[in-house]
Amino acid sequence: MVDLGKYADTVLSAYAVSLLMLVALVVLSIRRGRKVRAEMEMIEERGRKHG
Amino acid sequence: MIALLLRDLRLAMRAGGGFGLGLAFFLIVTVMVPFAVGPETELLSRIAPGVLWIGALLACLLSLDRILALDWEDGSLDLLATAPLPLEAIVTMKSLAHWVTTGLPLVLIAPVLGVMLQLPAGAYGWLFLSLLLGTPGLSVIGTFGAALTVGLKRGGLLLSLLVLPLYVPTLIFGAEMARRGASGLSVETPMLLLAGISAASVALLPFASAAVLRINLR
Amino acid sequence: MSIWEYANPKKFLATSEKVMPALWVLSIALCVGGLIWGFFLTPDDYRQGSTVKIIFIHVPAALMAINAWFMMLVASLIWVIRRHHVSALAAKAAAPVGVVMTLIALITGAIWGQPMWGTWWAWDPRLTSFLVLFLFYLGYIALWEAIEDPDTAADLTSILCLVGSVFAVLSRYAVLFWNQGLHQGASVMRAGAVAGDTEERVSNVFATPLFVCMGGFALLFLVLVLYRTGTEIRARRIKALLARERLEAEA
Repeated sequence: MVDLGKYADTVLSAYAVSLLMLVALVVLSIRRGRKVRAEMEMIEERGRKHG
Repeated sequence: MIALLLRDLRLAMRAGGGFGLGLAFFLIVTVMVPFAVGPETELLSRIAPGVLWIGALLACLLSLDRILALDWEDGSLDLLATAPLPLEAIVTMKSLAHWVTTGLPLVLIAPVLGVMLQLPAGAYGWLFLSLLLGTPGLSVIGTFGAALTVGLKRGGLLLSLLVLPLYVPTLIFGAEMARRGASGLSVETPMLLLAGISAASVALLPFASAAVLRINLR
Repeated sequence: MSIWEYANPKKFLATSEKVMPALWVLSIALCVGGLIWGFFLTPDDYRQGSTVKIIFIHVPAALMAINAWFMMLVASLIWVIRRHHVSALAAKAAAPVGVVMTLIALITGAIWGQPMWGTWWAWDPRLTSFLVLFLFYLGYIALWEAIEDPDTAADLTSILCLVGSVFAVLSRYAVLFWNQGLHQGASVMRAGAVAGDTEERVSNVFATPLFVCMGGFALLFLVLVLYRTGTEIRARRIKALLARERLEAEA
């Protein structure tokens, strides 16, 4: 482990907050993408059956 | 065009609310500030130009949704859009009517309120001039925001959010000009920039506002 | 073969699907690699101590915050001129990524500023410009959310993006003028300490991992925008299919 000296809190919190936000962005994007894709496939399937 | 302007002015006068609301808000803000920050003359005279500018800007912001909302609701905006007048001219007249009913009274009353905020003696002219140059820009930019949000049910908050960052340059140069005037510095640079922003907004933004209105009326 | 072929949503989806896995891997590898390099393998700065490590996040995020807006501007222009739906949806997809980047830049800047400048926030020109940029992003996203009809929303947000860009540039210069007018010496000194100026100051030890991180963030932005654009395209298709079903049900 690196020695961060007296600024350990500063550096670690900056990294933690940033990574958390980036991961949240990626996870939310992917979750919405999956949901939308599933919904689209469901509706397309329905369209093929009826139409 | 003149007829349209007069119609808007008459409506604003008769409705009363919009006309007085901005002024009353401006009055309240400037009168309440000394209660909040304390009565020291020195402090008040230092922040007076900024307080007067932010008061005027917020008062202007408060009345923006009235520019187009009423005409949108009763359908007269659709009629105006099909009128032989180009939509750009109509939008310009709407901005002008807003300025005459909101901006101009603010400009006229600001020096009076300056007395209450201990504005330095040399600053009155510059404050008056900076507001006179800046408020037309505020009205035109506000009309653009009003055009963007005209069809929306609860557009008020969105309108403020859209317009606020657009107001930043005008506010900075306007308040800076008044502040420099108050401390006896040269006001030339902020004055020219303020006038330039206002003039460019008045000249160009009606085209954007008209384009936006056309999309909204589609 | 022209770039406009990708204006076809099907073609766009098919191609982006093919390149995305590689992009995901590469962008995450670069981000993680660059950050690990920056975090574990660089020495402390003689003046800033270990807080210098924050620039490996702060600078790439700030860079992408501006580039994202620029990309939205180009996409909006393409939509206004050539009316390709993919372009409008790409601008919509990029905005939340841009806002997160802006927020990261602001927050890491504040965390860094606390021990370095002795304050979370200073009305330094750079910070203020980013705050204004943040407001622009919020307004843009809020307008997209507020309008029902997708084509109207695309038109209005494009015009807002064009007008907003002009005012964003204006604000940048206004803010520079404003703060220098207020407190000359101190602000210039502090502006010099803001990480954006570190390239001249910072030695190669920091520069190489910084460039790796910049590349990683840029690729991450690219792949996120591609992915989110795909999502928006599918969402639009759902809307269209549902509308058609309703029509058929009525007929």
